[in-house]
Amino acid sequence: MIRNTSTAYGLVAVALHWSMALILFALFGVGLYMTDLGYYDSLYHIAPWWHKSFGLLVLSLLIVRLFWKMVNPKPRPLAAHKPWEKKIASISHRLLYVLTLIVGCSGYLISTSKGDGVEFFGWFDVPSVLKITPEYTDLAGDVHFYLAWALVLLAGAHGLAALKHHYIDRDDTLNNMTLRKHKT
Amino acid sequence: MKKLIASALLATTLPFTGNALAADYTLDTKGAHTAIEFAVSHLGFGWVNGRFNEFEGSFSFDEAKPEDSTLNVTIKTTTVDSNHAERDKHLRGADYLNTDKFGEATFKSTSFKLGEDKKGTLVGDFTLNGVTKPLTIDVKMTNAGKDPWGGERIGFKGDASFALKDYNITKLGDAEVELDLFVEGIKNK
Repeated sequence: MIRNTSTAYGLVAVALHWSMALILFALFGVGLYMTDLGYYDSLYHIAPWWHKSFGLLVLSLLIVRLFWKMVNPKPRPLAAHKPWEKKIASISHRLLYVLTLIVGCSGYLISTSKGDGVEFFGWFDVPSVLKITPEYTDLAGDVHFYLAWALVLLAGAHGLAALKHHYIDRDDTLNNMTLRKHKT
Repeated sequence: MKKLIASALLATTLPFTGNALAADYTLDTKGAHTAIEFAVSHLGFGWVNGRFNEFEGSFSFDEAKPEDSTLNVTIKTTTVDSNHAERDKHLRGADYLNTDKFGEATFKSTSFKLGEDKKGTLVGDFTLNGVTKPLTIDVKMTNAGKDPWGGERIGFKGDASFALKDYNITKLGDAEVELDLFVEGIKNK
């Protein structure tokens, strides 16, 4: 139940999936909101502070998740899934990981570009590992913005596909991510 | 007649002989003895301090005829540095310096006066954020002469101020920028 089986996702994988989904969508909303704030807005400093801490949290969760994926069996796709569905699902899942990684790293690079670390919930500073020029910092900003859009759009499509499997095909695709498949 | 022509020729060349003393100087950016620093009020409490890390410029100066002096400076606006990565990124953006569109700010002098007390006024066209307006810089000449390494140098300090909104930077309302200029010129050989 905690670990994956060859047919279903376990508790850890499911918890990682939903916590990352929740945080990523929240980060996206807060990110759009906070970059539009005026200097005199009371959230001007605190919104980016939470954004950066949760961004670093998602990056750490991603590392844990990829590690967990490596040391666990991968549940088989449902027999009812067509080959093209499996192919697209597999590519999308990898792309979601890659986009999360790039969006997270580009955000980190903006804040650490001059050698300062980033605060992690006020507990400690994550140090800078790479000083970059203003030009590359601005590039990191563009990458962060556009790939964040790509990430939420792809995650949205991924969610719609799951709902389609659940309500139209009436198969166990979504149940697998909500632990209900273990009961069937 | 020949004498007259000769004296007329002499008369026309005379004003230029004074320029023989005029010399061209290059701003010492390599040794970082020239700096362009700015300060903008922060909420009326303190200041945001910063500088531009990359710029180049040259001037001609003749102590005997300072009014003939000229100065040209080009600043690479992407190098704005307020010792804060995220603020610098914001300053480069469309709200402030718009560096994608206006990668350079320039100052081209139009007039210069230097008094006996070595204090003077430099006026020129300052282009920032694509807007060109006259800017007056109060100048104090420090010293001129030989350096220890076989060259000749001259130094000035300047300060000026302008309103950001005059240069189409409206995010900070009426905020004024105070400029502090530290100039060391190396005489061209």
